[in-house]
Amino acid sequence: MADFMLQLLLTFDATLRLATPLILCAMAGIFSERSGIVDISLEGKLLTGAFVAAAITTLTGSPWLGLMAAICASVFMSMIHGFACITHRGDQVVSGLAINILASGLTIIIGIALFKKGGQTPALSSDERFRGIEWFGVNMMDNIPVIGTIYRQLISGHSLLVYAALLAVPLCAFILYRTRFGLRLRAVGEKPESVDSAGVSVAWLRYRALIIGGVFCGIAGAYLSISHGANFVREMSAGKGYIALAAVIFGNWRPIKAFYACLLFGFLDAATSRLQGVDIPLIGEIPIQLMLAIPYIVTVLLLAGFIGRPTPPAAIGVPYEK
Amino acid sequence: MNVTPPLPKWADLVLLPLINLFAAFFVCGLIVLAIGENPFTALNVMIKGAFFYPESLGYTLYYTTNFIFTGLAVATAFHALMFNIGGEGQAYLGGLGAAVVALLFGPNLPMLIVLPLCILSSAAFGALWALIPGYLQAKRGSHIVITTIMFNFLASSLMVWLLAGPLMQQGQQSPQTVLFAESAQLPQMREVLGYFGFELANSPWNLSFFIALIALVVFYILIWKTRLGYEIRAVGKNQEAARYAGINVAKIIIIAMAISGAFAGLMATNEVLGVHNRVILNFTAGYGFTGIAVALMGRNHPIGIFLASLLFGALYQGGAELDFEFTSITREMVVLIQGMIILFSGALAYMFNPSLARLIARISAPKETTDG
Repeated sequence: MADFMLQLLLTFDATLRLATPLILCAMAGIFSERSGIVDISLEGKLLTGAFVAAAITTLTGSPWLGLMAAICASVFMSMIHGFACITHRGDQVVSGLAINILASGLTIIIGIALFKKGGQTPALSSDERFRGIEWFGVNMMDNIPVIGTIYRQLISGHSLLVYAALLAVPLCAFILYRTRFGLRLRAVGEKPESVDSAGVSVAWLRYRALIIGGVFCGIAGAYLSISHGANFVREMSAGKGYIALAAVIFGNWRPIKAFYACLLFGFLDAATSRLQGVDIPLIGEIPIQLMLAIPYIVTVLLLAGFIGRPTPPAAIGVPYEK
Repeated sequence: MNVTPPLPKWADLVLLPLINLFAAFFVCGLIVLAIGENPFTALNVMIKGAFFYPESLGYTLYYTTNFIFTGLAVATAFHALMFNIGGEGQAYLGGLGAAVVALLFGPNLPMLIVLPLCILSSAAFGALWALIPGYLQAKRGSHIVITTIMFNFLASSLMVWLLAGPLMQQGQQSPQTVLFAESAQLPQMREVLGYFGFELANSPWNLSFFIALIALVVFYILIWKTRLGYEIRAVGKNQEAARYAGINVAKIIIIAMAISGAFAGLMATNEVLGVHNRVILNFTAGYGFTGIAVALMGRNHPIGIFLASLLFGALYQGGAELDFEFTSITREMVVLIQGMIILFSGALAYMFNPSLARLIARISAPKETTDG
C-alpha cells in the first residue's frame, strides 16, 4: 500500500513536470485567442524558446540569460504572427503554420551552424540549468508520515519554472477578469467594434496579447531545454504546443479550466510511461498509442459538442477592419 | 483615406506571386549569409542537384508527384473555404488503404486488378479521414482547422499502433509492413520508358506521376466544369448566398472535404505503391504540410499547383544535395524556405499589394489621361 502511495505520488510529481510547458503555452494561447487571434503557432514559439534558451545558455553559461533570450525570441515569433495577421490582416491559421514550419527549420539550421552536432545543443552542466529547489524543512518534515512524503515529492523539489507556471494561472485569471486591460482584451475578442468605438486601439490590444503569449511560450521553451532537459534536441516540442491548444479549447478559453485540462493531459502522459507494458487485471495491456491519443480524441469530441458546448471568442479568426 | 487602386489581373496572378516568392528567397538568403555561407553558392548547388545530374530530374519529379497530390488536396478544400491542414494524416491513412488491399489480394490476383484497387482504396481511406472532420464542421460546428490538426495526430497514433502491432512484419523489429507482392507494385518510370527505348538513370520516379497529372486534369474539370465544382466554389465564396440559391451547404462541405482527402490519400500511390512497396513509419514526412505551401503559391489552380509542385520537388531534391556540399547548411534549409513561402505567399500575400498597385497605376496613369 505504501508502495502504491509512493507510485501514485511519483506519478503526480511527473504530471506536474510534464504539465508545466502545457500550462504556460495554454496561458499564452488563452491571451492570444481571447483577443481574437487564432494561435496554432504555440508549437513553433515553444520550439523557438527551447532552442534559444539552450543555445544562449551554452554560449554564456547563464540560464537566466538563456531564459531572457528565449522569451525575446518567442516574442519575436509572436510579432511576426502579429505583423502578418493584425497589421496585414493575413490568414491567422496560415501565419501560425508558417511560424511553426519556420521554427522547425530555423532551430535545426542555426543549431547545426552554431554547434555542429546535427541540430542538438551540447549537454549543460547542472549549474547551467534551472534545477529543483529543495523547500525549507524537507528533511524535518520527513518524519511526519504521508504529509512528509507528499511535501518532499510533490510540493518541494521542482524547478523555479514549474512554480512560475503554477503562478501564471492565477495571474492570468486576475489579468483577464480583474483588470481594465483584461476586460478590453476579452471585449476585443468578442466584439472588436465596441472597443474601437470606445477609442481603444484594437491592433495594439491584440499585439499586447501576443507579446504576453510570446513571453509565456518562451518560458515554456526554456523549461523544456534548460530545466526539464539538459540540452535542445530536434523537434523537442513534439506536439506539446498543439496539446496546449487542445487544453485551451478543453478549458473553454478560461485559465483555471485550461489549467485542469493541462494537468489531465500531463497526467495521461505521466501514466502512459508508467503503464507501458504493464498488464492491468481485467483490462489487459493498454496500447500506449491510445493513451497518448486521448487529448486529441477528447478535443475532437468536445469541439463536436458531444461533451459540453465550447464557446470560443466570437471574433476569433476574423481580421479587424475599420 | 488612402484608396488603393485595384491591381491588374496579370499583376495579381503573375507578378505578385513572383514578388512574394522572391521575398521568401531573399530572407532565406540573408539567413544563409548570417550563417556565414554564400547564398548564391547554395542556390547553385541546389539547382545543380535538382536538374543537372543524370538521376536528379527523376528524383525531382518523384517529389513533385507527392506535392501535386497534397497541393490538390489543400486546394480542393480551399475552394469551399475549408482549410484542410490534415493532408498529412489523410495521406498516412491512404497508405493504410493501399496496404490493406495489397496485403489481402496482392498474392492472389493479377496486377491489373490489384493495382487499381490499391489506388482506389488509398483514395477512399484518405477521403474517409477527411470526411469525418468535414462532417463535424458541417453538422456539428467544430472548427475544421483544429479537427484536422487533431486528426493528424490521431492518424499518427493509429499508424504507429498498427505498424508496431497487427501489421508488423513477423520476426522484424522495425515498425513496417511486409513487402507487397509484385502485383501491388507500381512500375518504375525507368522500366516503362526503357520499354520505349529511353535510357533513364536510377530514381524513384514511377507511374504515379501520371496519376498525379490525371488528378490535375480531374481537379480542373471538377472545380470549373461541373455542377458540383460550381457548388463548391459558391459555398466557398458566400455560404449564405449559396444556401439561398438552394445549395445544401453542409453536404457540399462534406463532399469537398472527402475529395480533398482522396487527393491526399493518393499520395500513397507514390510513396507506398511506387517507392517503398510497403508502409513504413512516417512515410508522409511532412509532404502534407508542403501541400499547403503548394496550394497557396499555386493559387488553387492546377497550372499553378503543377508549377509550385515542380518548384518544391526541385527544392527537396536540391536540398538533399546541400548535405553533401556544405557542413553548415543542410536539407533543413528547404523547411525554412517552405516556411518563408507560406509566410510571404500565404499570410503576407497582400503585403506588397498596395505599393505594387500604386506603382502600376502611376506607370499606366499618363496613358489613361491621354485617352480621356
